[in-house]
Amino acid sequence: MSLLEVRDIDAQYGLLKAVRGVSLTIEEGETHALVGANGAGKTTLLRTIAGAHRPTAGSIVFDGVDITGIPTYRRVSLGIALVPEGRRLFPGLSVEENLSIAGGKRRGGEWSVERVLDVFPMLRERRKHRAATLSGGEQQATAIGRALMCNPRLILLDEVSLGLSPIAVSAVYDSLKTLIAGGTTVVLVEQDLGRALGVASRVTCMLHGEVVLEGAASELTRVQITAAYFGTQRAASAGAAS
Amino acid sequence: MTWVNAIVQGVLLGGFYALLACGLSLMFGVMRIINLAHGDIAVVGAYLVWLLATQLSISPFLAALLVIPGMWVVGYAMYVLLLERSRRAGLLVPLLTTFGLAIVIENVLLQVFSPDVHSLLSSTGSLATASVSVGGGLSISALGTLIFVTAVVVLTGLQLFLSRTNAGRQMRATAEDPDAAELVGINARAVYARATAIAVATAALGGVFLAIRSTFDPSTGPTQLIFAFEAVVIGGFGSAWGTLVGGVVLGVAQVIGEQVNPQYAVLFGHLVFLAVLAAPQVGILARRGQGL
Repeated sequence: MSLLEVRDIDAQYGLLKAVRGVSLTIEEGETHALVGANGAGKTTLLRTIAGAHRPTAGSIVFDGVDITGIPTYRRVSLGIALVPEGRRLFPGLSVEENLSIAGGKRRGGEWSVERVLDVFPMLRERRKHRAATLSGGEQQATAIGRALMCNPRLILLDEVSLGLSPIAVSAVYDSLKTLIAGGTTVVLVEQDLGRALGVASRVTCMLHGEVVLEGAASELTRVQITAAYFGTQRAASAGAAS
Repeated sequence: MTWVNAIVQGVLLGGFYALLACGLSLMFGVMRIINLAHGDIAVVGAYLVWLLATQLSISPFLAALLVIPGMWVVGYAMYVLLLERSRRAGLLVPLLTTFGLAIVIENVLLQVFSPDVHSLLSSTGSLATASVSVGGGLSISALGTLIFVTAVVVLTGLQLFLSRTNAGRQMRATAEDPDAAELVGINARAVYARATAIAVATAALGGVFLAIRSTFDPSTGPTQLIFAFEAVVIGGFGSAWGTLVGGVVLGVAQVIGEQVNPQYAVLFGHLVFLAVLAAPQVGILARRGQGL
């Protein structure tokens, strides 16, 4: 059984359809990169999976349970955590407070404030500082750490490298590799194709709210992905989608 | 000496205002709702305690111990049944809802209890009139001290709850970003309901002291709301210590006004409030970018 099954999801903002009939299957333990141009619907799809956005059609099945109607905070206790675009930390709370409040009705698990600080050592000396005073990289690390505190089975990462310096991006990706090696299922939205393909085992490419290409990262060529990304070979790539 | 006395009495009065105001401040700080029924809820607390105390012939303090947990539950239900729906409809709708609630409460009280004026003063025994002389003609009333100490304890408790407990931290997080709070597993709706419950319970406690230190009738609420609102604005919205400072400033201003001319008490309070509103940074302890 797949960990997550997204079935024919439609999601819209007012009259604007951001996601149209998207289906996606995520297996336990895989790292799935979601790529596509701006406005392709990647963020909306992640927010819909996390429960922050209500789909107008379709269903989401997590670990065999239909979670389409379940509120966001309860999906967290089921094991879905989203690191939202723009990080969305609580600026007035300290790093430690940002971490310790996460989890709600806590799932049992290995993550603790100490363990997060081990994975992101740069946060250790900043733990008492307010989140608003952190650098971009530190904020991103705190946001990922906050999601980890929920002990997720599935972690959704939305544009974790956005607005970070190249060094900070490398640091974030290094810790991501630790996570992936630990067996956490990851879905990541990333603009940087090279970065995404470097960590992902599977890739889904979206264009104008639809899935145009899906496959194992090792089997897809960069040319195929780029073509799907920009929609230059839409007819051809539709055949490649499994 | 009269001026020193005025300041001491003003500080004690300020404790009472801070107690009335802290719930108002919490609700605004956590969910941006200005509860226009806050004063009337305090009066409901006063009526319930008066009813229990006179019907069962028990001490009003014992009655308050029964009423305040009850009002906690009422507050929780008030959020879930009333405010949750109106909050989803926009920023102004809760204001209208609580305005309507205030009118409903006042008229129900009028219908049930008649416009008669009541007080719990006589049923508190010697406490109402007891005072301690501290020399120089200065005396401090036992009741005023009790109210002030209670206010400090409640506000300190609130501050510690928000800064030290997990539930309190979750409340601050929800105040800053409810969507992000949901994404880390916090049930924002339950947090809002809890904040409303705290606000209603503290309002009821304020109402009990109102009933003990002076008189009340069904139309007392709005005046209390104005004083509470002024205390909150003077101290800076959303800060527990600010509310205490705001209450004290308002109390001192009123007593000094009374010293100048008995008619000026409320006027002086309003003037200080307007002066603070006109100042470039509203609220003495207001800090930008920090909700609570």
